[in-house]
Amino acid sequence: MYELKYHKATSVADAVAILGDAEDGKVIAGGQTLVPTMKQHLAAPSDLIDIRALAELQGVCIKGDALVVGAATRHADVALHTDVRTHIPALARLAAGIGDPAVRAMGTIGGSLANNDPSACYPAAALALNATIITDRREVDADAFFAGMFATDLDEDEIITSVRFPIPEKAAYAKFPNPASRYAMVGVFVAVLDGDVRVAVTGAGEDGVFCHKGLEAALAARFTSAAVDGVDVSEEELMSDLHGSAAYRAQLIKVMAKRAVIAAG
Amino acid sequence: MSRVKLTVNGQTVSREVPDNTLLSQFLREDLRLTGTHVGCDTSQCGACLVHVDGRAIKACTTLAVSLDGADVTTIEGVANGDDLHPMQTAFNTHHGLQCGFCTPGMVMAGIDIVTRYQAMGQPLTEAAIREELEGNLCRCTGYHNIVKAIADAAQTMSGAAKAAQ
Ligand SMILES: Cc1cc2nc3c(=O)[nH]c(=O)nc-3n(C[C@H](O)[C@H](O)[C@H](O)COP(=O)(O)OP(=O)(O)OC[C@H]3O[C@@H](n4cnc5c(N)ncnc54)[C@H](O)[C@@H]3O)c2cc1C
Ligand code: FES
Ligand code: FES
Repeated sequence: MYELKYHKATSVADAVAILGDAEDGKVIAGGQTLVPTMKQHLAAPSDLIDIRALAELQGVCIKGDALVVGAATRHADVALHTDVRTHIPALARLAAGIGDPAVRAMGTIGGSLANNDPSACYPAAALALNATIITDRREVDADAFFAGMFATDLDEDEIITSVRFPIPEKAAYAKFPNPASRYAMVGVFVAVLDGDVRVAVTGAGEDGVFCHKGLEAALAARFTSAAVDGVDVSEEELMSDLHGSAAYRAQLIKVMAKRAVIAAG
Repeated sequence: MSRVKLTVNGQTVSREVPDNTLLSQFLREDLRLTGTHVGCDTSQCGACLVHVDGRAIKACTTLAVSLDGADVTTIEGVANGDDLHPMQTAFNTHHGLQCGFCTPGMVMAGIDIVTRYQAMGQPLTEAAIREELEGNLCRCTGYHNIVKAIADAAQTMSGAAKAAQ
């Protein structure tokens, strides 16, 4: 790993100020993506600004008819939190299925969304649940937040502070994990919100997470696993790599969508 | 460079280290606690698991400076003098190791798994142990004896926890 200067931020405002002064600064939360990337010399920030322990970024609460999760809340804590398990059990299960226990003990929701790995789990939940990403300066709808592989609408020095999830009538996430990395080969998050059906697909799109309009229309008409059969899932714009071809991923999208619909009940 | 002050296996340690020092390097190279192994470059093998403030984490995926003030337990700190920890005894009894490279991480994971399930009041089934070991790779044993060892230690550890109450 290259040399760097470490800073422990005392507040979000402090972190933004240090970021502004740094030559090539980056915030670090759980470090479960950033540290491996730095070890492989794929990232070489001059300064790291640690926001993991900031009190203003922790915890889960219910606000009105939504569930709000602090950006530095770790996967293991989302998985076990009573409010998450009661109101959006699909989100608790998704968090419980990320990587392995040691990754979940450190990794955070804010880090996952900011990183927007095309095979990550949380982006699918945020998109399907029509979440709002709250930052130090504004609020962004999930639809406008994800901007292609490893890209988001965040400014260079912008920090996610929390994520607001509307509470769905029904929701479930089905993931086919890559047996080596545990990331999604394909993951499908299905949600019914105010009568609308939203279906977000991760692990498959060449541009990262996306909503599948065909599946949404079919499931809006009939919310059954059989409704998925009639949908044409094209392999165009899907990833092909050593783990699987685009055609294989297209097939997996249908299988995961069915499993999610059955789990959502 | 930054000064890092930690409690490691009950003792306060303080060292001046470069900011890019990983916890695994800090333990192995600065403190000479070489029981924490490094088996991969990709945060996937779990050989480096240690407990930090009660959670099992990957020492190779954490910067030492970021843990200033934390309480760290490594494999060197789990036995009580010459008395092995019940998890270590169970690995011995069930032949839960061959070359031993993954073993420090497996033992630290095993203790963490049993402790978490006891705290949640959930039964630790064989399937749960296998699922929980997702992040610990072993290239020799075939896992069966590791799973048996953890299940056995869970019994001993729950007896010890009840006796302590
Ligand atoms: C072995 C392994 C298996 C994994 N398996 C999965 C899996 O199955 N599914 C899955 O979804 N993920 C998986 N992950 C990734 C894991 O979930 C990471 O924890 C997560 O992607 C990043 O969160 P972090 O807090 O660790 O972020 P960091 O690594 O600290 O940061 C990641 C990026 O986000 C930025 N960032 C962090 N927090 C913020 C914030 N609040 N605002 C703005 N930018 C921010 C950082 O600057 C950096 O660019 C795995 C990781 C490992 C090592
Ligand atoms: S050495 Fe830490 S996970 Fe492999
Ligand atoms: S005993 Fe050899 S790697 Fe596990």
